[in-house]
Amino acid sequence: MSVPNSELETLLGKPWKKPPFIQRPWLRWTLVLGFFAYLIAAYMTIEVNWARVYVGLERGKQFVLAFTSPDFTTRSSDIYSGMLESIIMTVAASVVGIIISIPIALGAARNVAPLPVYLICRGIIAISRALQEIIVAILLVAIFGFGPLAGFLTLSFATIGFLSKLLAEDIESMDKVQAEAIKASGARWTQWINYGVQPQVMPRLIGLSIYRIDINFRESAILGLVGAGGIGATLNTAFDRYEYDTAAAILIMIIVIVMALEYISGIVRARVQ
Amino acid sequence: MPIRETNSQKIWQRRTGRESLSHWAMWLVGLMIFAYCWQQISQATTWFFVWDAPRIANDIWTRATPPKWDYIAQLGEPIWDTLNIATLGTIIALFLAVPVAFFAARNTTPSALFVRPIALLIIVSTRSINSLIWALLLIAIIGPGVFAGVIAIAIRSIGFCAKLLYEAIEEIDEIQVEAITATGASRWQVMAYGIVPQILPAFAGIAVFRWDINIRESTVLGLVGAGGIGLQLSASLNVLAWPQVSLILLVILAAVVISEWVSAKVRGAII
Repeated sequence: MSVPNSELETLLGKPWKKPPFIQRPWLRWTLVLGFFAYLIAAYMTIEVNWARVYVGLERGKQFVLAFTSPDFTTRSSDIYSGMLESIIMTVAASVVGIIISIPIALGAARNVAPLPVYLICRGIIAISRALQEIIVAILLVAIFGFGPLAGFLTLSFATIGFLSKLLAEDIESMDKVQAEAIKASGARWTQWINYGVQPQVMPRLIGLSIYRIDINFRESAILGLVGAGGIGATLNTAFDRYEYDTAAAILIMIIVIVMALEYISGIVRARVQ
Repeated sequence: MPIRETNSQKIWQRRTGRESLSHWAMWLVGLMIFAYCWQQISQATTWFFVWDAPRIANDIWTRATPPKWDYIAQLGEPIWDTLNIATLGTIIALFLAVPVAFFAARNTTPSALFVRPIALLIIVSTRSINSLIWALLLIAIIGPGVFAGVIAIAIRSIGFCAKLLYEAIEEIDEIQVEAITATGASRWQVMAYGIVPQILPAFAGIAVFRWDINIRESTVLGLVGAGGIGLQLSASLNVLAWPQVSLILLVILAAVVISEWVSAKVRGAII
C-alpha cells in the first residue's frame, strides 16, 4: 500500500547536509568567485610601503605608550577651551536641531501631514542625511567663516535628518485609536497633536535626543579639522607636532565623555519607558 | 491626580503645584544653559562674515555651477579606491569584531570579571573616536595612502559591529543551545550548531549596514590624506576649483545613494 517515496529512498543512509542559501549552483558559484575576484583586485590596488610602515612602527609604539602617561597639563588651556567649545557646540546644536526636527518629523509622518508637506519634509530629511557632517562643515566654513558657528550650524543640520526620520517613523507606527479618541472629543489640531500623538512618541523622542547628543559630541570632535571649532583643532595640532601624550589625553577625555553620555542615556531611557 | 478647586469647580491638573514648579525650574535652567552656550558661540564668531554670508554663498554657487563634467574621467580611480577602503575595512573589522563580541556577550564570555570589561572597553573606545581621527593617527604611523584608510575604517568599525553582534548573541534562544549541549557536543560544536546559526542573519545584516556607513565615511577620509575621493576634494578645495568641487560632491552623493540602495536590497534579501 505504501508508494515508494523515491526522493526519500535516495536520501536514506546519507548524512544530512544543510541546504545552501542560494539554490541555483551556477549563481552561487558565480557570486562566490566574483566576490573573491573583487577582493583580490581590491587588495592589489593597495600599495603598502612596508619600509615606511616599519619606520612608523616606532611612532605607533610611542603613541600606544603615550596612553600610559597622558599629558593633561602642558596644553591644559588649549584642551580646556577646545573641550568647552565642543560641549557648547554640542548642547546648542542639539537643542536647536531637536526643536527644528519636531515639526519636520510631524510633516514627514504620512498619517499626520498632507502629501505636499510630507514630500517637502521628506526632501529636507533626505538632503540632511545624504550630506556628511564634515562636507557640510567645509561648505559652512567657506560661507560663515571659521569658528564654532559653522560647527553649530553643521550639527544642527545633521540632527534634523537623523531625528526627524526616526521620529517620523515612530509617529507613523503609533496607535491610531488613542489619537482618534482625542479627535472624537472635538479637539483642535494642536490639541490632537498635544494629547493624542505627543504622549505616544515622547519616550522615543527623549531616547533619540540623548542618543543624538552623544553622536553630536563625537562629531564635534572632528569638525575642528576643517576649522569649524571644537576639540578637533587642538587634536590636529597635537598630531602635527607629534605630541602623542597630549593627543592621548584628548582621546581619553573624548572616550570618557562618550562613555558617561552612554551611561546617562541608558538610565534616562530606562526611566522614560 | 491633583485636582484643584476654584469657586467650587473642580479643575483637573496634570501636576501638583510643587511638581509644576520644579518642572518650570528645570526648563529655566535648561534655557539658561542654552543662553550661555549661544553667548559663547556668538563671542567666538566674526559677525561681519556672517552678515556677508548670503553674498558669499551666492558667489560660491555661481562659481561652482555648472560642474566641470569632463573632470569625471579623473575620478574613476579615486572612487574605486574609496569602494575598496570601505569593503576591505569592513571585512577586516568583521574578523576582529567576532571574537570581541563573543568575549563581550554575557552568555559566551570566558570570564565575566576580566575578559568582558576589556572587550567592552575595546567596543567603546573604537566607537567613540571618529574614523577621521583614526586616519589622522594612522597617517602619522604608517604614512598617507589607501592602506591607512583601510586600517582606520577597520578599527573604527570594530566597536559598532561587535556591539550589535554581542547584543544579538545575548538575545539568542538558550533552549537550542541546551539541546545541542545535551547531545554531548563539544564547546566548539555548541558554538557552530547552537549559537552561530542563530546570529548569522544578524551578522549578515550588520556587515551590510556597516559597509554602507563605511562608504560614506571613506569618501571623506582623503581630507586628512588617507586615500579615496576625499583627496581630490581637498586638492580642489585648496586651489578653490569650485566647478571640480561641485562635481566631486555630486559623485560622493551618487556613491552614498547607490550604496544605501544596494545595502537595502541585500538586507531585504537576507533577512
